[in-house]
Amino acid sequence: MADESYPEDLLYHPEHDWARIDGEEATFGITWYAQETLGEVVFFDPPEVGASVTGGESYSEVESVKAVSDVIAPLSGEVTHVNEAVSETPELINEDPYDAGWLVKVKLSSPAERDNLLDVAAYKAQLELGE
Amino acid sequence: MNRPMQRPPADASAPTPMQREPTITIFEKSHEGRRAAYLPEAGVPERPLSELIPGELLRGEAPGLPEISEPEIVRHYNRISRRNFDLDSGFYPLGSCTMKHNPKVNERVAALPGHARLHPLTPSERAQGALELMWLLQRSLVEICGLPHVSLQPSAGAHGELAGLLLTRAYHADRGEHRTKVLTPDTAHGTNPATVTMAGYEVVKVASDERGGIDVDDLRAKADDDVACLMLTNPNTLGLFDERISEIAEIVHGTGATLYYDGANLNAVMGISRPGDMGFDIVHVNLHKSFSQPHGGGGPGAGPIAVSDRIEPYLPRPQVVRGEQENGGPPMFRLDFDRPKSIGRLRGFQGNFGVFVRSYAYILSLGGDGLKEASETAVLNANYLLALMKDGRAGRYLPVAFDRLCKHEFVLSGAKAKRDLGVKTLDVAKRLLDFGFHPPTVYFPLLVDEALMVEPTETETAEMLDAFAEAVEEILAEAEEHPEVARSAPYTTPVRRLDEVAATKRPVVRQPL
Amino acid sequence: MTRYTSATDQDRERMLAKIGVASVEELFEDVPESVRLGRPLELPDGKPEAEVYERLSALAARNAHAEREVSFLGAGMYDHYVPAIVDSICQRSEFLTPYTPYQPEISQGGLQAMFEYQTAICELTGMPVSNASLYEGPSSVASAGYLAKLETGRRRFVVSRGLHPHSRETLETYSVGYGTEVVEVPLDEGVTDATALAETVDDETAAVFLQYPNFFGAIEDLATLAPVAKSTGAVLVVSVDAPTLGILKPPGELGADVVVGEGQPLGNRLDFGGPSFGFFAAREQYLRRMPGRIAGETTDVDGRRGFVLTLQTREQHIRREKATSNICTSQALNALAGAIYLSWLGRQGIVELGSLMAQRTAYARERLASLAGVELLHRRPVVREFALRLEAPVAAVLRRCAERGVNAGYPLGADYPEHADGLLVAITEQSSRADIDLLADTLGAAVAAEREHRAVRA
Repeated sequence: MADESYPEDLLYHPEHDWARIDGEEATFGITWYAQETLGEVVFFDPPEVGASVTGGESYSEVESVKAVSDVIAPLSGEVTHVNEAVSETPELINEDPYDAGWLVKVKLSSPAERDNLLDVAAYKAQLELGE
Repeated sequence: MNRPMQRPPADASAPTPMQREPTITIFEKSHEGRRAAYLPEAGVPERPLSELIPGELLRGEAPGLPEISEPEIVRHYNRISRRNFDLDSGFYPLGSCTMKHNPKVNERVAALPGHARLHPLTPSERAQGALELMWLLQRSLVEICGLPHVSLQPSAGAHGELAGLLLTRAYHADRGEHRTKVLTPDTAHGTNPATVTMAGYEVVKVASDERGGIDVDDLRAKADDDVACLMLTNPNTLGLFDERISEIAEIVHGTGATLYYDGANLNAVMGISRPGDMGFDIVHVNLHKSFSQPHGGGGPGAGPIAVSDRIEPYLPRPQVVRGEQENGGPPMFRLDFDRPKSIGRLRGFQGNFGVFVRSYAYILSLGGDGLKEASETAVLNANYLLALMKDGRAGRYLPVAFDRLCKHEFVLSGAKAKRDLGVKTLDVAKRLLDFGFHPPTVYFPLLVDEALMVEPTETETAEMLDAFAEAVEEILAEAEEHPEVARSAPYTTPVRRLDEVAATKRPVVRQPL
Repeated sequence: MTRYTSATDQDRERMLAKIGVASVEELFEDVPESVRLGRPLELPDGKPEAEVYERLSALAARNAHAEREVSFLGAGMYDHYVPAIVDSICQRSEFLTPYTPYQPEISQGGLQAMFEYQTAICELTGMPVSNASLYEGPSSVASAGYLAKLETGRRRFVVSRGLHPHSRETLETYSVGYGTEVVEVPLDEGVTDATALAETVDDETAAVFLQYPNFFGAIEDLATLAPVAKSTGAVLVVSVDAPTLGILKPPGELGADVVVGEGQPLGNRLDFGGPSFGFFAAREQYLRRMPGRIAGETTDVDGRRGFVLTLQTREQHIRREKATSNICTSQALNALAGAIYLSWLGRQGIVELGSLMAQRTAYARERLASLAGVELLHRRPVVREFALRLEAPVAAVLRRCAERGVNAGYPLGADYPEHADGLLVAITEQSSRADIDLLADTLGAAVAAEREHRAVRA
């Protein structure tokens, strides 16, 4: 399992999802906190390539043995890639939530939505408030 | 001392005999040519099967069932049965499940050939005993629930819930209304929201207040004209009686919605307070909980429903009815299919009749005062055990979630044990196995962090409750010094903690042959 | 009457003192006066065990059960012999009195039994995966509908008129909740009309439901029907009569996606209709959409083989409103009886049973069809059940037979108005040649008497 961390270069959704924006494309995943709460991930049901996702809404689920968690799209767009490695080896989400454990890549339809997301300081503040 | 196990080992260094026993399936015991069944000769002129059944529909290879003799079947099942913990062997305080004693006479009467070998399509006039028994059980449940009509058809609690919501849908539809939402408290059994979706409604959660009851303000805010029903358990899954039930009923009825009673916790209030008198329209009763049907390792049960007059026209068909004979003869019982507004069937035939026999025998055995006494003792036992568990380390590490009188069960929170001892509720539960107890229900209700839900039932002795409290005390004392002991428990069970992750990632759900 | 409790007055005093209240009544002070019953329950007083036995035994004595008459009643439940080992094993408290195996370390017996049950059901049906059982047959059919609806997102169920009437009606009941509609395909000479099926199945069809053999005993030609049923991507659900699968090609080899059925004929009592169990087997791709418990094999921390409930995130206690089913308590003990029965029959016995029924049924069918005023309702191949047409009022004929201790079968008129003259006759290994001959004599005489009666009146 990975050590707790929240990279500076990501934007965060309050439901514990992250986005790494690269021009008109972004990569999505779940945060260290999300995978820690869930426990060992045993199943990830990826969306189809070409599916559209809406910012703030669920586009998939991740499951541990005794829990299911919605995965929320931080931003809207169309899925261009899904991480097949995670479907095969879902524990990658636990081992490396920000790199090998990414979930989907999305071509953004309204990049301005990024203004709704939290930066790392704001997300960490939310986590501390919660505890 | 009543303790099933004194000072169990605190490590796995000495495997028990059962742990050393290999796990062999009945398929692995199979040897070609062995058999248990000897069937009669056909006794009629025989023809090649291919003359009777077209070749393309004939089976090529026999199914790979075991080939094994009767004594070996018996040994197999006896051997694996010993790897189960069961109610007849020990304390089973599984919250919400009412693991009360299963009377043996019930098994005897259920096995009578007049019950066991009665075909469900036997014409009514030749199944009068069975229909009368069903009718008598219906009347008993009418009186216990305080609602005038009963259908015995649903096969379990969740099936009763589905019946209840389909009845609700039919009731509203008949009045030309289309409602879309069903309210459930955040403490609800998982079956409630699952049923709501199956019945085509949207789930809206109602919050709990600081006393563990329904947050009436939240209810009021959410109870609009789109609400079809509120599903409620009272006492609720925290084991607490909702004192504001009449107010809740008034709010729900004020919107025109129905009020549904999840009867999982009826064992607290039999003969004391009736769902009908609380204002409920529809109730399901778990015959395998309050009415002593053995749980069978996960069924069978039965989930009859009792309803108010306004719901009656929609009850599932068939219904058992009693008709007076014109010639003054004894009343005749029959199945009534002519119910034009009925939601229809929920299953084949008439329901889990064998369960009805057992539960009716139970009601006959106890009578009205006995049922009340059962509820009183269940509540006495729960409050006594709760009082014991407020003392000592349990009180410190596993405080009760809502500190008030409980009914038949109570909920502790293991959050402090987790924080202060590094021992989770799961660990406490697993260590209890070494002490010879079935653990309480864990991690439910979801409202309570690290929940332990304890339901002792009326059929336990005070000494058993003392012993359970002592075991918990001992486990917590041990955890203060050596938290790793609980974290790696159990040590004495036939197998130790199992790899559920592997079982889920790469499911093996049948034996490869 | 106090029963099954231990608390003496002394116990009560000690316990109340510990709680810190003066009386048991005080424990109920949170129950408002307005919702209290305030009077004793109006139920008879409790009775001693011997009286309870006597009372229930008297009720049982008023039922015409299968030991009292020669019965050919089937139509979904059958009087197969239940071997003594089923009773003896199922009455062991270790199987009878625990609950769902939430704590696998102390539930290995039940979990292993489920795993073995699942294996046996897979073998029987020819399907790769099975759950650990559902309530019973017709509600299992409806549960398969829910799987198909979730899987396809479509809202139409196409059912054969040869599907058991209780299954069709249960599917209709559930469909009101699922938001699906049920469309029926007629029969042609006793089996599902393939042309009508092809015309009915469309892009909105979530599932097609067939029964094998069907309600009239006829063996549906699944090899022909399956491709038609699945032509638009619908899930093919086949409801089967389990004991016939010893000789019939399993639906798994004929294109079925989900195979369900009533488990009663597998080692369960008739019990006037329940409890029994429903089996539910499917293609592997549906494993995560299956309803109910599923046992899976794994190992413990020391590497010992063991079993757990697996894929629990499908279930209501975890997934709640998104669960694949609301089922919780099911029919584990009845499924255990099914597993024991299948082990008792074994690989050879299941084939012999199927074959025995087919031979006796062929004999019975021929004998009955040769009676005056009796003809076959259809001529399709059958295994253990067949339908007749009587040239006499069926109810009156059945009454005459009953007077001679013979239950001649199930009258079809109530469920199939188009077959008001129809009679469904079922055969098990308990129907001997002598029984069949008695049926032929009795039925022949009853039909003759009724025809004579009618002729006289005319």
